[in-house]
Amino acid sequence: MLQIENLHATVAGKAILNGLSLTVPAGEIHAIMGPNGAGKSTLAYALGGRPGYEVTSGSVTFTPTPFVPSEVEGRVSTTLDTNVLGEGLDLLTLAPHKRATAGMFLGFQYPVEIPGVSYLQFLRESLNAQRRARDEAELSGAEFIRLAREQASALGMDVEMLKRPVNVGFSGGEKKRAEMVQMGIMSPKLAILDETDSGLDIDALRSVGAGINRIMRAPDKSVLLITHYQRLLDYVRPDRVHVLSAGRIVRSGGPELAHELEREGYAEAAA
Amino acid sequence: MTAPFPTRKDEAYRYADIEALKSVWADLAEPRHIEIPAGEKHSHVLLANDNPVEIHRATLVLHAGAELRLFALNIAGEYGRVEAEVTLHEGAAFHFNAANIGTGDSNLEVVTTVRHIEPSAVSRQTVRSVLGGKAVGSYLGKVHVARDAQQSDGEQSVKAMLLDRGATANCKPELEIYADDVKCAHGASVGELDKDQLFYAMSRGLDPATAKALLLEGFVIGLWDDVADEADRERLSAATRDALRRVTR
Repeated sequence: MLQIENLHATVAGKAILNGLSLTVPAGEIHAIMGPNGAGKSTLAYALGGRPGYEVTSGSVTFTPTPFVPSEVEGRVSTTLDTNVLGEGLDLLTLAPHKRATAGMFLGFQYPVEIPGVSYLQFLRESLNAQRRARDEAELSGAEFIRLAREQASALGMDVEMLKRPVNVGFSGGEKKRAEMVQMGIMSPKLAILDETDSGLDIDALRSVGAGINRIMRAPDKSVLLITHYQRLLDYVRPDRVHVLSAGRIVRSGGPELAHELEREGYAEAAA
Repeated sequence: MTAPFPTRKDEAYRYADIEALKSVWADLAEPRHIEIPAGEKHSHVLLANDNPVEIHRATLVLHAGAELRLFALNIAGEYGRVEAEVTLHEGAAFHFNAANIGTGDSNLEVVTTVRHIEPSAVSRQTVRSVLGGKAVGSYLGKVHVARDAQQSDGEQSVKAMLLDRGATANCKPELEIYADDVKCAHGASVGELDKDQLFYAMSRGLDPATAKALLLEGFVIGLWDDVADEADRERLSAATRDALRRVTR
């Protein structure tokens, strides 16, 4: 699904990622843990294509599993601008919106507020833009509302909240829940979740964890879960845990590695 | 018409497109004069046609307790000017929401003078400009509060969004207050599209032009929330979206 090789990236001329390599196969959830300043968010933004996060060398290949067209449409998805589905895409050459269209979802550590634009309109336009680009039929207003209501209630969020402007006046926890509602609506192949657990209370943490499992635990999907703490991993059991330090992966292991980190701290574990 | 042709020395024409003005001056009628009788409530939508030069001028008198909600979308391709001179009697309320949306070489102006001549009148002006290319968008708004017009409540909120380096916004809210018990506020800001918002929208699958148009819609479209007639509101919103698409293309 995702293959990162020897990735180097700079922010404002400062080297942050220094030869990061990582492979996430389809059907797996991988956690990336690391201390402040290790480059966790830079990795997420570099994968998302955020301006200012400059990849200086290395490669990222994204091989989305095919989107299955619904029976109603009776059509077969064919091409994505640059590539045939099922083949590896050179992720770094794609504009941010084409990464989304190809099946990647970036969960933000700090979801952005957009005054004046209702969440429902924002998500419907986004989803339909993705569907158009994939040669899938667009959702009607009624179909979309049904989907949004379903996804919101699964995350314990009132769909009425989605009539409000994007993230405006949302608490930290509500923003994170809303990110997961978005992920449920987009149903991506690969989710890069940047500290989705930060700022969550216990209940929200549990429901966000359940959301990740429900939406993304599937043989044709993968998750890269970026986090400081082990606690989210109590709810979302990772297949692999990687320790990021000074811009590269210094250790990898099974889920037990997260517990070891929690006990002994990053300094010890990364040594 | 007989009025002397304005020059740039005239403050109200400081940013005007004098050449374009010349082309229509001969046919330009005197400002429309509208009186709203005491206690009546009216709403009016001013949506420009497709003419390259569009000038709308009105003098408005709101008698005691009268209310007027005026909505104006100023999008002429060459020169658009919306001009209102408003007189407010006791307890009258004037709500004015306007947008300048232009690109290329268009010059768009909203010029208002609001006189609170008696106590307790309210004026609310909200103007949003979205300017691309070498377009110029201006708001010149004067609020005058007479000595006897105690408890006047005047507000001007002016914001402009510049999409290209060559675009210009002029924001000039002005207060002239002779009463001592009034509430008057004005705010003006000029900015550009927020890069974080843009990346967020793109990360959800919107191409850059669509993402920009959506953010700009959020910036402008709230102006029409209070248009009571749904058909009017739809018309204004649709014209606004069209204009924004032209600007972001």
